Amino acid sequence: MVKLKSFIKGTYLSFMLLFLYAPIAVLMVFSFNGSRTMGKWDGFSLKWYEALFNNSNIMDALVTTLLVAVLSALAATVMGTFAAIGIHSMKKGRRMLVENVSQLPMINPDLVTGISLMMLFYFIRLGQGGTWSFVRLLLAHTAFNLPYVIFSVMPKLKQSSNMLYEAAMDLGCTPFKALTKVIIPDIMPGIVSGFILAFTLSLDDFVVSYFCQQGKNNLSMYIYSVARTKGVQPEINALSTIMFLVVLTLLLITNLKSLKEERQAALQQKKVSAKVH
Amino acid sequence: MKLGRKMFAYPYIVWMAIFIIVPMVLIGYYAFTVQENGAFTLENFLKGFSASNMGVLLRSVLLALETTVICLLFGYPVAYILSRMKKSKAALLSTLFILPMWMNFLLRTYAWQVILDDTGIINGIITALGGQPVQMLYTDGAVLLGNIYNFLPFMILPIYTVLIKIDKSHLEAATDLGANGAVTFTKVVLPLSMPGVISGITMVFVPAITTFAISRLLGGGMTMLYGDLIENQFTLVHEWGVGSALSFILLILVIVSMVIMRRAESKSGEEGGAIW
Repeated sequence: MVKLKSFIKGTYLSFMLLFLYAPIAVLMVFSFNGSRTMGKWDGFSLKWYEALFNNSNIMDALVTTLLVAVLSALAATVMGTFAAIGIHSMKKGRRMLVENVSQLPMINPDLVTGISLMMLFYFIRLGQGGTWSFVRLLLAHTAFNLPYVIFSVMPKLKQSSNMLYEAAMDLGCTPFKALTKVIIPDIMPGIVSGFILAFTLSLDDFVVSYFCQQGKNNLSMYIYSVARTKGVQPEINALSTIMFLVVLTLLLITNLKSLKEERQAALQQKKVSAKVH
Repeated sequence: MKLGRKMFAYPYIVWMAIFIIVPMVLIGYYAFTVQENGAFTLENFLKGFSASNMGVLLRSVLLALETTVICLLFGYPVAYILSRMKKSKAALLSTLFILPMWMNFLLRTYAWQVILDDTGIINGIITALGGQPVQMLYTDGAVLLGNIYNFLPFMILPIYTVLIKIDKSHLEAATDLGANGAVTFTKVVLPLSMPGVISGITMVFVPAITTFAISRLLGGGMTMLYGDLIENQFTLVHEWGVGSALSFILLILVIVSMVIMRRAESKSGEEGGAIW
């Protein structure tokens, strides 16, 4: 009976995983297909990868995407970390207000965020075309990335003790020095995961960019326009494969890191409790 | 020196005012005013919810509901099974379930285009077996499938986070008091997991009702949904007021569901439910 139950459970999970991964696997396999149509297999080939790197539209979009992702994640991380430290030391009522407002972009549908930012750019008469388009993307991405950084730094701040900071000050640190020497190293894991989260979200964004840009495509927008007008394009299969592997690596790095930290923390805990008893 | 640290938040508060508050106010402003002279009006809402748009709205609410219900029916068991596993195994498997969420959602949608296409894989197999190709792409079913595929992890994750936080002693107490597995589930586990369920429902329903990329790519623009309607107001017909009115309703919907979730969370005394 128990065996049957666990068999059913295992089968169910396997089917769900199959459903989630089959489409991705299909794209990956067919990125090596010699034929253009997906209906038949025509031998192993790397020609779609070659076509991908020779496609200047895709490469332009890739450069834009990466630049926007790196710069907006950096901006969000710096501003978000300082914001989290500041918010953390606010009084409860004010802190709740700021935290709630900050959560709005996280719960808002992308569509509404995109439209509202588009209206903002129109309202402040932000320039159009070329470089301005890039600035728009950068501002918009920083805007929706920021809360994610703040809320991944915040828990670390709650965990870290205020006494360390005060001790540093007692020992003659200036507030700034106490910040760079004590607080920031203490909350570093939160800052790093905030940065990675911001980076991946920016990489992934379509809807907000779609409404905010003016003539500058990022990868998502390029995929959308191609998939909408031309249907299946083998270069995009190759692109999917690369992007999936990149995201997989990024996630593995962060997960392994947090796993290691947890283990270390657990070990530390054991040592401490052993000493106490 | 607390005062000093508070100052670090000031640049962000200025940013927050410009990039969060002003845009929200702009949506409200455009929704309730005449575009030419800024006079107060409810015209935009009447236009947005006109008889001709009502069909679209009903249809997309229905589709989003279907998506949500199916995701809940398939997602809850996944979350439940994962939550009863050994920690190390559950950690690995739950990562596997969340991983697709991190892949570009257009690529995920595009993958289904590849599979369902007239010359795609399924039709390739059908014709190889001697059958006639079936039209699967650009149908309502394809849009529903794309929705479920894209949003299923958003249902699993919040339910899972809440389920693993349930105190095991509650379950033991129920067993000790004579409840069997089914009773323990319906009387203890299910009620305790409600915050996660509500959070999951919001996280599936809201994106499902606002997506326009999925319906364009898999529905071929044959199916107009709420998201398409809003997008059209801004990019096609340039009725910013009407588009803002439609967005305003969405905004209210999201805020209301957030308040409900907060209530449920503070009642159960847990901080679960949130995804990050």
